[in-house]
Amino acid sequence: MIRPSRSALAFLFIFLLATLLAAAPAFSVAVDETPLADPRAEAEAREIMKGIRCLVCQNQSIEDSNADLAKDLRQIVRERVAAGDGEKEVQDFLRARYGDWILLKPPFRTRTLPLWIGPFVILALGATGLFIANRRRAADGGPEGLSDEEQQLLDVIEGEDEG
Amino acid sequence: MKPIYAIPLLLFVMVGLALMVGLTLRPSEIPSALIGRAVPEFSLPPLDPTAQELSSESLRDGKIKLLNVFASWCGPCRIEHPFLMELQRQSVTIHGLNYKDLEDDARRFLNELKSPYTLIGKDKDGRVGIDWGVSGVPETFVVDGQGRILYQHIGPLNRQAVEQQIAPLLKGRKK
Repeated sequence: MIRPSRSALAFLFIFLLATLLAAAPAFSVAVDETPLADPRAEAEAREIMKGIRCLVCQNQSIEDSNADLAKDLRQIVRERVAAGDGEKEVQDFLRARYGDWILLKPPFRTRTLPLWIGPFVILALGATGLFIANRRRAADGGPEGLSDEEQQLLDVIEGEDEG
Repeated sequence: MKPIYAIPLLLFVMVGLALMVGLTLRPSEIPSALIGRAVPEFSLPPLDPTAQELSSESLRDGKIKLLNVFASWCGPCRIEHPFLMELQRQSVTIHGLNYKDLEDDARRFLNELKSPYTLIGKDKDGRVGIDWGVSGVPETFVVDGQGRILYQHIGPLNRQAVEQQIAPLLKGRKK
């Protein structure tokens, strides 16, 4: 079996470490973007971005997505905010192009009603079921006591223990 | 049998049906909100400087046409390319929206593969694409003569989509 030399191992270690370090900047989001000059407006824009779905990565918001389209949409959000738009106007602008799906939080509508109240309906059904089952058990009078025969047997067993 | 024992079975069937419907959904395909509406107002410079520009005006020419969103960097665009050429040979008008591309790359791409497009607009920063509700490349829109979007196909265009989705839409309409 060929054994790698010590220097080769050292080289490999340094190489891996270097690769790892070189990859680190990839985690920092949006380095090439210019935030808005006004920190308050930038904070508002960021808050709006958190509610906008990234169309490429789907369950991520555009605020923490690295996708190209997310970057473009962030730029648009910033422009809109700088032009004086509020959250609703920005959302309407994007919804006119991509539909409700662009919002991470679905709007409350007739179509989305099951989505919003469904969990509560299921919870209520479960609670009702549990309630009925409990009441029925109570009406049964619970488990019966021991029969005479069982009692005698139990006495014998307990007697053995003492003796 | 008490009717109450049917409840688990009923629940099972209901959940099964819901999951079956879920299998047929394609959440990765986000339709544009503009289907059935007029195309957004836009005007894009042509890839070939001597050609006509691609604009919302040029889409209102009274004829049905396709608007294909493409880019040289897009792999699936190469897959759909032979089919676009075939449509063009059948005298289907196809306009190209060159999405977030470098001019030289786009030209090389079309020189290499041949261009199926009548007009090509350069959407360098992708803003017009966003106005159309484009979420990826390639995408193909069917636009009628009044400049209304009839249909949007997400991903490489293929014969099945044309025969099953687009052809029925155009039935009974004049070219």
